Amino acid sequence: MVDTVIKIQDAVVSYREDVALQGVSLEVSKGEFVGVIGPNGAGKTTLLTVINGLGKLVHGEVWVLGSRVDGRNGTDLRKRIGYVAQVENIDPRLPISVRETVMVGCYGRLGLFRRPTRADWQTVDKVLEMVGIAHLADRPIGHLSGGEYQKAAIARALVQQPEIFLLDEPTASIDQKAQREILNLIQLIHKEYRVTTLFVTHDLRTLPAICQRLILMKDGKIWQQGSPESVLREDVLSRLYEAPVSLPTEIARLYS
Amino acid sequence: MGLSILQYQFMQNAIVAGLLAGVTCAVVGVFVVTMHLSFIGVCIAHAAFAGALLGLWLGFNPLVGALLFSLASAAIIGPIADRGELNPDTSIGIVFSLMLGLAFLFMGLMHGARTEALNLFWGSILTVTRQDIIFLAVVTGVIVALVLIFYKEIQAVICHRQVALAVGIPATAIFYGLLFSTGLTVTASLQSIGGLLVYSLILNPAAAAYQLTYSLKKMLLIAVAFGILSCWAGLLVSYILDIPSGASIVITSAIIFGLAVAFSPKRKVKGWREVGLAG
Repeated sequence: MVDTVIKIQDAVVSYREDVALQGVSLEVSKGEFVGVIGPNGAGKTTLLTVINGLGKLVHGEVWVLGSRVDGRNGTDLRKRIGYVAQVENIDPRLPISVRETVMVGCYGRLGLFRRPTRADWQTVDKVLEMVGIAHLADRPIGHLSGGEYQKAAIARALVQQPEIFLLDEPTASIDQKAQREILNLIQLIHKEYRVTTLFVTHDLRTLPAICQRLILMKDGKIWQQGSPESVLREDVLSRLYEAPVSLPTEIARLYS
Repeated sequence: MGLSILQYQFMQNAIVAGLLAGVTCAVVGVFVVTMHLSFIGVCIAHAAFAGALLGLWLGFNPLVGALLFSLASAAIIGPIADRGELNPDTSIGIVFSLMLGLAFLFMGLMHGARTEALNLFWGSILTVTRQDIIFLAVVTGVIVALVLIFYKEIQAVICHRQVALAVGIPATAIFYGLLFSTGLTVTASLQSIGGLLVYSLILNPAAAAYQLTYSLKKMLLIAVAFGILSCWAGLLVSYILDIPSGASIVITSAIIFGLAVAFSPKRKVKGWREVGLAG
């Protein structure tokens, strides 16, 4: 129990007439790297939002980092949870630089009335160096490519010093080279910091090799879960996606 | 003519009112322009106007009515824009038309001359009272202080609202604070700039500054400079050509916007390379 950092019990989430999560229960241990896969509309993103308190439960309970998530403590919990969504369209004229955008990750922990110190800016510069975009630090955030933007988003989540890392399709809508770079970066970060990570993707080719457990979601439910070796089989995946699925070569090589 | 005009009390009041309205309208303008919420601001401005007319009709202080209506409209529009149950453009348009309808209704129900109501519509910076200036100064001071205190949260919310929410910033409270600041600014500027014209002074200087820099701090400073310039140059033009001051202020601000667009480095593909973040 001490090692369990996320515990979801019978969670139900509904958006108007659609039920996005139907009685989902899940436990994630400290330092675990969990992959969440499934077709579009399976409830993967909703699963992440109930963990960071942005999704509203109709039924069930969610415990994160020892606290029960409710309407009151969501803001405090989110300070300890890094969240990276898929590439978004942003206004290229937005008046904020890459360095300032990454610094936003610190603001929750800093709290109101406190300004970032020189040490905070040095941390930002160090993290930008680590993710490989230090040379873009002063560029307007709206001028980055999709891959560069995702690196900035990961850097922002890192300066937050998160205890949980939620990655929601971080490699969607970016080219293959950038996808590889982002995946390598995510794996490097996990090896370095051992942050509990949930990685959501619908694309099997972008599944990090570092996954210790896979959760297969369908129709708002956890359809199956287990080690990558046990669930990454063509018959299982074909039933999950309701279409013939051939295991991508790189994934087959890793888990066969 | 020379500087002799400055010896008149009404002109001194107008210059101070122009300075204060120029500052506060430009600052809240930066919020709404950066968040792409221009129409929300228009709606709040008309709500303030309707509230002020209700005050005039029922015989209480029109500024109280303006403040209540503008804050209420911000409280209604915020969730509509957030929840996505209706298309925000449609729903804000409906609230906007309702406010305009109420404004005309209250004006129609008034007895006697409607000079005071029309003054609220067009504004009359040349007849602002000491009380109007004090109210405007307090609102300007409060808004500038809030921006200085919560600068980092405001920057996060207006540029990356969803990210701000995800990193544990009280983004919803800050967002509503910005909408309420807009309502407060409109109310405070109603007497001098007018319900119909105040929104141009909120939008134009900020939109002009948005064309010229990638730095939020510089955008705030440029917008404030353009806001004050619009008011003072508008006053001067109004005096020289003997035309309504509210109209000349707004037209001046629109001309500044036009010039900013014409010379915007952001129009060039690699504009940022030339201006960097220095604007």
